[in-house]
Amino acid sequence: MWKRDESVKPAAPLAPGPGISAAPVSVASAPAGLRTQIERDNVNIGKSVIIKGELSGSEDLTIEGQVEGRIDLKDNVLTIGANAKIKAEVFAKSVVILGEVTGNVTASEKVDIRDNGSVDGDIASPRVAIAEGAHFRGSVDMQRSGAKASPPAAKPAAPAPSPAVSGQSQSPRVGV
Amino acid sequence: MAVAVRSLTDLFSFFGPRRAAEPEARVETLAATVAETAYPTNALPKFLAGLHVRENPLILDLGPVVGSNVTFFGEQLACRIRVEDVAADIDSHVKAGTLDQLGASFASRFTRPPESVDGILCWDVLDYLDRPAAQALADALCRLLRPDGYLLGLFHTADPSEQVYTKYVVVDESTLRYRPYPALRPRQRSLLNGDVIRLFKHLRVTDSFLMKSNVREMLFRKPAARV
Repeated sequence: MWKRDESVKPAAPLAPGPGISAAPVSVASAPAGLRTQIERDNVNIGKSVIIKGELSGSEDLTIEGQVEGRIDLKDNVLTIGANAKIKAEVFAKSVVILGEVTGNVTASEKVDIRDNGSVDGDIASPRVAIAEGAHFRGSVDMQRSGAKASPPAAKPAAPAPSPAVSGQSQSPRVGV
Repeated sequence: MAVAVRSLTDLFSFFGPRRAAEPEARVETLAATVAETAYPTNALPKFLAGLHVRENPLILDLGPVVGSNVTFFGEQLACRIRVEDVAADIDSHVKAGTLDQLGASFASRFTRPPESVDGILCWDVLDYLDRPAAQALADALCRLLRPDGYLLGLFHTADPSEQVYTKYVVVDESTLRYRPYPALRPRQRSLLNGDVIRLFKHLRVTDSFLMKSNVREMLFRKPAARV
């Protein structure tokens, strides 16, 4: 039983060193070509990093530290790691949440709150997945998904996309 | 009788503390033994039908967050869902020893403006409240509900045998899976039909079904405002 715990520890994926690094630790063993690709497309913000203000970019990003303010990743995937504490408005193509988020989350594709992930705020995304052990307090707006992709139910189409998420008026498509 | 019971309790307490000294551990064991079961539902399809005609309706879910439910309602109704876990409120008041303040807390619990919610999934949360708290919650919900809005409530007809809450997982439009999980407070005495109607005196009962699961499903509608 104890042995199992030890064996699990080193496999923890999102544990980069301090600081912002363009080369995530988990990538180190990848083949050179693949590694270059991942290095280019995925950036890590380490556990000890605290950012206050606006964070924007055009690469996939994994955050393990703390961010206060606003995160804006127009066309990319944002992963909020298990150690991360985010107090921010979040905009991204897709958001995977394993840590804590306080603030509204808007994604143009999907929001995925994993087991032990926590969100206090409103979510606006066409697809939302909330795992069994996740904490969520707020509202979910999946309106555009329903308007586009729910032909089976015999109901009138809801064409006019009204922007209102409770207490939120930003458009999900935000430029960097 | 009460005196006899009290004296018997005193007699047993002479032999030491009761075995059930760790309520949370006991409750978890109970929850594990209560099986997860799927049951048909008659009220849910009507609830959905009532909201299908709305454009981008707002639903208030008083149960714990169930990811598949969020997806289901989002896809079925293209709606906004607000999750307000009242069971978690009950547990936090039990832990803090402030159950007497639970009813008063409902007055300021919901931050939405009055008459702004199209549908309320009340589930069985009222079964866990004593009468004043249940009335306070019912009043708050009636205020929130928009005219012509619907409220779905489940009420157990059998007395409680286990100390568990239930997550109602929507399998499809006509099936609910009852998934028990640990509760810090047992269900209170079952509400009779008349009790429920009195709780929601501002709403109109549109449908009531007594299910084989010993649960009464009731669908309420808020009368449209008079011109």
